[in-house]
Amino acid sequence: MSETEVLLELTDVKKHFPIRKGVFKKVVAHVKAVDGVNFTIRPGETVGLVGESGCGKSTVGRMIMGAYRPTAGHIWFKPDGKQRTDIASAEPSEIRALRPYVQMVFQDPFASLNPRMTIREILAEPLVVNKVVRGRALEDRIRELVELVGLKIQHLGRYPHAFSGGQRQRISIARALALYPRLLVADEPTSALDVSVQAQIVNLALEIQDRIGLAYLFISHDLGLVRHFSKRIVLMYVGKIVEYAPAEPLFNRPLHPYTEALMSNVPTTRPELVGRRIILKGEPADPINPPAGCPFHPRCNYAQEICSTVVPELREIEPGHLSACHFAESLNLTGCDALGCAI
Amino acid sequence: MNEEQQRLEKYLNASTRQLVWWRYKKHTLAMVGLAFVVGLYLAALFCEVLAPYDKDSRFFDSVYSPPSQVRIFDKDGAIHRPFVYETILDIDMETQKMSYQENTDTMYPIKFFVRGDHYEFWGLWRSDVHLFGVDKPARLFVFGTDRMGRDLFSRCFYGSRISLSIGMLGVFMSLILGVTLGGVSGYMGGWADSVIQRVIEVIRCFPSIPLWMGLSASMPPHWPGLKVYFVITIILSLIGWTDLARMVRGKLIALREEEFVLAARFAGAGHLRIIFRHLLPSFTSHIIVTVTLAIPGMVLGETALSFLGIGLRPPVTSLGVLLKEAQNVTTIALYPWLLIPVLFVIGIVLSFNFVGDGLRDAVDPYSR
Amino acid sequence: MVPALDVRDLRVHFLLDEGTVRAVDGVSFSVEPGKTLGIVGESGSGKSVIGQSILRIVPSPGKIVRGEILLRMENGQGEPTQLDMAQIESHGRLARSIRGKEIAMIFQEPMNSFSPVHTVGSQIVEALRLHADVSPQEARNRTVEMLKKVGIPQPEHRIGAYPHELSGGMRQRAMIAMALVCNPRILIADEPTTALDVTIQAQIIDLLKKLQEEFGMAILFISHNLGVISEISHEVLVVYFGRVMEHAPVDVLFREALHPYTKALLRSVPGIDTPVRSHLATIEGTLPDPYANIPGCPFFGRCMECEGRTVCRDDPYSLTKVGPRHFVACPRICVADFA
Repeated sequence: MSETEVLLELTDVKKHFPIRKGVFKKVVAHVKAVDGVNFTIRPGETVGLVGESGCGKSTVGRMIMGAYRPTAGHIWFKPDGKQRTDIASAEPSEIRALRPYVQMVFQDPFASLNPRMTIREILAEPLVVNKVVRGRALEDRIRELVELVGLKIQHLGRYPHAFSGGQRQRISIARALALYPRLLVADEPTSALDVSVQAQIVNLALEIQDRIGLAYLFISHDLGLVRHFSKRIVLMYVGKIVEYAPAEPLFNRPLHPYTEALMSNVPTTRPELVGRRIILKGEPADPINPPAGCPFHPRCNYAQEICSTVVPELREIEPGHLSACHFAESLNLTGCDALGCAI
Repeated sequence: MNEEQQRLEKYLNASTRQLVWWRYKKHTLAMVGLAFVVGLYLAALFCEVLAPYDKDSRFFDSVYSPPSQVRIFDKDGAIHRPFVYETILDIDMETQKMSYQENTDTMYPIKFFVRGDHYEFWGLWRSDVHLFGVDKPARLFVFGTDRMGRDLFSRCFYGSRISLSIGMLGVFMSLILGVTLGGVSGYMGGWADSVIQRVIEVIRCFPSIPLWMGLSASMPPHWPGLKVYFVITIILSLIGWTDLARMVRGKLIALREEEFVLAARFAGAGHLRIIFRHLLPSFTSHIIVTVTLAIPGMVLGETALSFLGIGLRPPVTSLGVLLKEAQNVTTIALYPWLLIPVLFVIGIVLSFNFVGDGLRDAVDPYSR
Repeated sequence: MVPALDVRDLRVHFLLDEGTVRAVDGVSFSVEPGKTLGIVGESGSGKSVIGQSILRIVPSPGKIVRGEILLRMENGQGEPTQLDMAQIESHGRLARSIRGKEIAMIFQEPMNSFSPVHTVGSQIVEALRLHADVSPQEARNRTVEMLKKVGIPQPEHRIGAYPHELSGGMRQRAMIAMALVCNPRILIADEPTTALDVTIQAQIIDLLKKLQEEFGMAILFISHNLGVISEISHEVLVVYFGRVMEHAPVDVLFREALHPYTKALLRSVPGIDTPVRSHLATIEGTLPDPYANIPGCPFFGRCMECEGRTVCRDDPYSLTKVGPRHFVACPRICVADFA
């Protein structure tokens, strides 16, 4: 992997949020939101980051954006293919210098646009504060962006309230693209939208990637969407990566019981498949007090004694296919194709 | 383009301010309140012209005169334009009771833009023209007179000028204090936040009336009226800023984590831009609401202090000073019109509350 | 057989200053005991209002302007009778005695249906004692039993828990327990799994199916998620702009949907057959103006199949039978002289 160019590399990244209580704000415990995460994103590719709520996937996204500083680990970012910077330990000025290269699209299209600014002002903001263009060229760039995301130029003077959820998400994407980023972190960009609108946004995102060639970190809980989008997939469970593989092997030959269960749980429009479902016991572990050993063991159908005592390492089982299960080699898990695929 | 489309187009292109105004307009009570507040402020601004007499003009032969009777029928039942009769003081020598008799021989019609007491309008020009009045020797006392024979109607408007301006000025000062300290507290957080919050808690622990009393008692009695006026305003605002600071802090903490603020940060915007372009505009409407609801508190505070005799003192005229005249039961029983300033206080407080409520409902067009 | 619920030509309109929003505009369906009817639609389709109108809890200024909501009841002799929910007083004693007892509802966010200051157990006990004449001890026992049935571990212990002390999945289970404790004939489930993770969602769907087998209630399952609908429903109603576009048994609908809207919805979700990174089918355009009164097909203008033929716009809306229990409202399919 070392010879291929790497855009972003996370090495053993952790984020523990302290829980403070009492008058003196004493730290009583830590939420281990992210607990040792490693993965890479290459230029122009899409990496899907999947997991249930509370697994830490959004925290990873925010750390890449420099909004949270990791408790430990490094986030190496090499936007121009030459010099690399560690976002985890960079000075605020260095992070500001990196801003144009990494941008974000948020989940809630109603919260991510300032209701008191027109679309023109919203799109102009990144261009103006980074002093990229001004005057005539600024207006040209704004128009170019609006057309790129499929909106009309005459709507530039309107305020966000005049737009539907899908249109707002287009505006959000246009704003993120304004500075020609190399990496776009998309945090559940379609989960607030209706399916027909979701399809429009997905199409738009794919088109833009084909045209501009930027990389996506696609954070989602929707396995079907992630599969449609991503070249490689990172699957998280309670702050840790449980499986990390290219999309096709992950879906067809999963090497972690959680992946198998999750795939079988995706609601399907084929009623005949429902019987093959693996219903998991219980609920995701508490990140404040995760169970000893493998965090998934209390819900796992294949759990053995070792699972409750020894934390499984994320190991390369097959070339490029990593799993954090003690029995990754021996278990014969059902993949998407054998399930008839629910996804 | 048909009408429907035009309406939609107008809505789609509307700014936040327009949306707020459209929603505010639907609120009938708030519109009534707004009309009253604007009307009273205009009246207070132009009270020299509006009032038929100067606030200090004394009519020794019209002490405790009841409100003048404005008539349109003369003694023969014929209709005229509104007029008054001249009144003559009659004192019963046995009981010392005063009564006023009307001299029905001559009618004195109410005229507009009559000449009367001289005044200097805001120090800009001298004039003697009043909006309305009657010719001498008749007098027009719309609300009657007080124990020194001064026209209560005129005094009420002069009093509203002082009371309302104290409200405005006091709130303006609390606003500066509240926004600055609340802003620092909310945006910086950490120890600055802790210190400011503790100070607010301490201030809010004091019972307000004794605190006001203590502060005003420390004012030297020989101070001129204007100085007292400013000090009272400062005293009121020193206590009033805490609510505002808390509101600003709470809003800031909530907004700091809003996605559009994060988006601005990720776009590379600096602190100043985030504060002035994103945070402040997002809660100015809330500040306006809080301020609107704080003004009546200030007016009531001034009224209470002056009523107790520890706030403004004559010759400065405020609503509280006017009400001080009506402090004992005998006065109220014999001369009930002296309570009319209370109606002004109630009107001010209610209207501001209606305006504030209406605004609060209107400022969040996105909440639905 | 008398259905548990028979809704005929239901129309719920919201009379606003700006105009009339026809949230539900002529919807008919029936559900039999022990069966599940799925109502699927996008936001703004009026699917939630259908559920609210059956319970008579449509928020103001919404009004049932027409239609019947016939609820199966039993008279003294155990013979079935029908009660028209559309005719009764929405705040009256009768409505209150039916809500919770005959018809129960579960929502997307269980926190909204529990009071935060009382324990979950006491709220279920209260719901039970409101509708059934049981002693406090008996009510408590039945609550514990119900909590156990919905899969809450240690129910004797959890009966004293406050809503915020439970996780999202557990709260949803507790809400289901509260809804079912009086053994209602009909359960209206309005997006009950939307806020949950897929593994928990699968648990809840599984649970609802088991409970339906045990209690035999009819379920009205409202959701935007086609997958969830297909898993739980026996029949499905596809609604768009307050009208039924297609009504069919679940296997028919998902195998051979006829209405262009249903087909477009099904295609817009990527599945196994969808090549990775391929262009997904979308529905162009937006919903019609909510104040519009559209006599014909509300999907006209967004439909890819009618090619703008005015028949679709002008032909009055009607639902036509095209197969056993399969109804479609599409002039292209149903109007004989479509050209």
